Amino acid sequence: MSTSQAIETASLVVPTDSPHLPPRKHVLDLDDFSSEEILAVIESAKGMAEVLGRDIKKVPTLRGRVVVTLFYESSTRTRISFEEAGKVLSADVINMTASASSVEKGESLLNTGLTLQAMGVDVIVVRHAYSGAPYLLAQQLDRVGIINAGDGIHAHPTQALLDLYTVQDKLGSISGLKVVIVGDVLHSRVARSNIWGFSKMGAKVVICGPATLLPLDLLHRNGGDALPEELASIEVVTDLDLAIQDADVVMALRLQSERQDAGFLPSLREYIRRWQVTDERLAKAKPGALVMHPGPMNEGIEISSSIAHGGNSVIEEQVTNGVAIRMALLYQLCTGPK
Amino acid sequence: MASGALLIKNGRVIDPGRNFDQVASVLVRDGRISIVGEVPADQIPQGCQVIDATGLVVSPGFIDIHCHLREPGFEYKETIATGTRAGARGGFTSLCCMPNTEPPIDNAAVVDLIRRRSREDAVVRVHPVGCVTKGRKGKALAEMEELASAGVVAFSDDGDPVYDANIMRLALSYSADLGIPITNHCEEHALSRNGVMAEGWIATRLGLPGIPAAAEEAMIARDISLAELTGGRLHLAHITTSGAVPLLRQAKGKGLNVTAEVCPHHLTITDKWVLGTRGIESSGASTNAYDTSTKVYPPLRGGSDVEALIEGLADGLIDCIATDHAPHEPVSKQVTYNEAAFGISVLETALGSSLQLVHAGRMTLNSLVDRMTVGPARVLGPTFDELATLEPGTPADIVVFDSDLEWEVDPSKFESKGKNTPLRGTTLKGGVVTTIVEGKVVYTNAES
Repeated sequence: MSTSQAIETASLVVPTDSPHLPPRKHVLDLDDFSSEEILAVIESAKGMAEVLGRDIKKVPTLRGRVVVTLFYESSTRTRISFEEAGKVLSADVINMTASASSVEKGESLLNTGLTLQAMGVDVIVVRHAYSGAPYLLAQQLDRVGIINAGDGIHAHPTQALLDLYTVQDKLGSISGLKVVIVGDVLHSRVARSNIWGFSKMGAKVVICGPATLLPLDLLHRNGGDALPEELASIEVVTDLDLAIQDADVVMALRLQSERQDAGFLPSLREYIRRWQVTDERLAKAKPGALVMHPGPMNEGIEISSSIAHGGNSVIEEQVTNGVAIRMALLYQLCTGPK
Repeated sequence: MASGALLIKNGRVIDPGRNFDQVASVLVRDGRISIVGEVPADQIPQGCQVIDATGLVVSPGFIDIHCHLREPGFEYKETIATGTRAGARGGFTSLCCMPNTEPPIDNAAVVDLIRRRSREDAVVRVHPVGCVTKGRKGKALAEMEELASAGVVAFSDDGDPVYDANIMRLALSYSADLGIPITNHCEEHALSRNGVMAEGWIATRLGLPGIPAAAEEAMIARDISLAELTGGRLHLAHITTSGAVPLLRQAKGKGLNVTAEVCPHHLTITDKWVLGTRGIESSGASTNAYDTSTKVYPPLRGGSDVEALIEGLADGLIDCIATDHAPHEPVSKQVTYNEAAFGISVLETALGSSLQLVHAGRMTLNSLVDRMTVGPARVLGPTFDELATLEPGTPADIVVFDSDLEWEVDPSKFESKGKNTPLRGTTLKGGVVTTIVEGKVVYTNAES
């Protein structure tokens, strides 16, 4: 079969196999996804994964569409994952990084967004050091879809969707599972989106880590207004040996070394002693429990090497599934309403 | 500013300082209150301007002890001309402008500049607040006596607290005999750090750095101790937390010379507004989340804080309402929440917002007028008494307002250059009809 024939054949696959994805303009966080929509995105991603498994990974579905990845923070896997997702679907993908653009000349995020919109871009995939940056673009640009590729410590919805996809794929369903997220929850956008996503899908979420790196208000210590139901159901346990008992999923978060300098931790040594995911601790989880990590890993700090590369680890599957999830979302946005 | 005669007929005259609350007429002559009550026909001068206030409230003009007019230095945010027109539209006849200008108001020359500009441009009275420390840097005391002689009505490094406890001690001690308050913005920086909104589940949900209530309460407790130590005159700017209320109660109970203010926004809206849902219950964020017009320092807090502040204001523990009017140019708010400037443009919505407490039955109209006239005058000292009453012989600074007038907040109609308000598009009940300074009408609502 020639290359062009392969493309012609494949072109039929993606649209017809796609489940009923509701129309969507932006992917900002998982708050406005229903559990049904999450399942539909996962189903759609399965179709996309099939394309990724082919010898010739190219379908013309998004031919003529322009996707810009606008990254104000360094990233390897997320940016490449989006780029690959767009290219496999034949979109034109333009990568823009803060250091190599007019951003260095002081152009504001908003003006950069307006400029890209004026150029006729269909989707902007944005990563920014400040929470809410994608919302600013979504509020001010009316002709461009926005995908949040990580904003400050707020959200990383495509990461959460790929995590949900991975768990669903491995364990069959998410509802009723015990999911333990361990580490620096306070500063983690991955944790926030996953807390939201897993809760929405009916899992029991337990967050675990040093009290200084957990949101105080989820520990019910601030005495302020009552928490909304979705947050009140989250269990907060500082002792990992207790938290991990009978867990179905254990997700370790990256520990930034600057947390120690800022006084959140006495030492990395003590962190390792109390919160590293080790063989000994994993033995307390359910047999066959999944070990996840959003990357990049500090092997030997939040996760031991033997666990990171052991039989329970699905860390590589997470990366593969990330491309499929991002294909599904680009497809959903580009074929939805303008 | 003295002018001809003016008769305000048949309004509900509320003059809380004199316990006067009844339907009456007010005759103004030569810039002063002449008669309050029945005005005999033969007392009404020929050509007297008449305002029919039937169904309206007539009270002393409001006094705002805390606003930012931005001049000199930040004229792109506000000027004395635009800020005082905004004040007039909000029913304020006296505005105390904070010294975080450029240069800051830390010497008599800058006070003189503001007074001269005010004579030329202002439509209401402008009373400068002087810095506590030179350059607002928190290191060395400003020449406080010279500032007081030049006419400042209070001292503050507002925008920043006086961080150094010893400098605060010295300032309270040194200025104790000057008879004017030190207004401190209480916020312990070691705790507030890079926070941009109230600490709590909404900040957690939105991934925004939070400011714990303890940041405010720790410094309030510190300053109350220092007021006790020095016998100084302490005023607590814009308190926001439920924990601040008992601290204030305790200080007043001890007979300390401590007063406090609260802002209309801290009395009426909560941190839920940062979710972009305008306070409607929601656990998730809407596309409108991170509304930078809600970013204000100190931050919007929770419902239990709002409750405690309303109670404190209603029972008179909190002395007054102050706006902390903080106008900004649009660009400084069209950025991410972390980067946006702190501050809300409040002067023109202050009355409508505050009247929500009256309409909700939380305090009487008489008390609210008290907290916007007599209360602020008490904070500033006896020289302000005559501006907070309708007693015959005093300057005719008067506001006429309709407590039931419903209007939609449209910032494009603001006199202020600052269009930064989270209330855009909301409906307020209560609006100013006429504002009078020294007998002269400086604002009339064309739509009422």
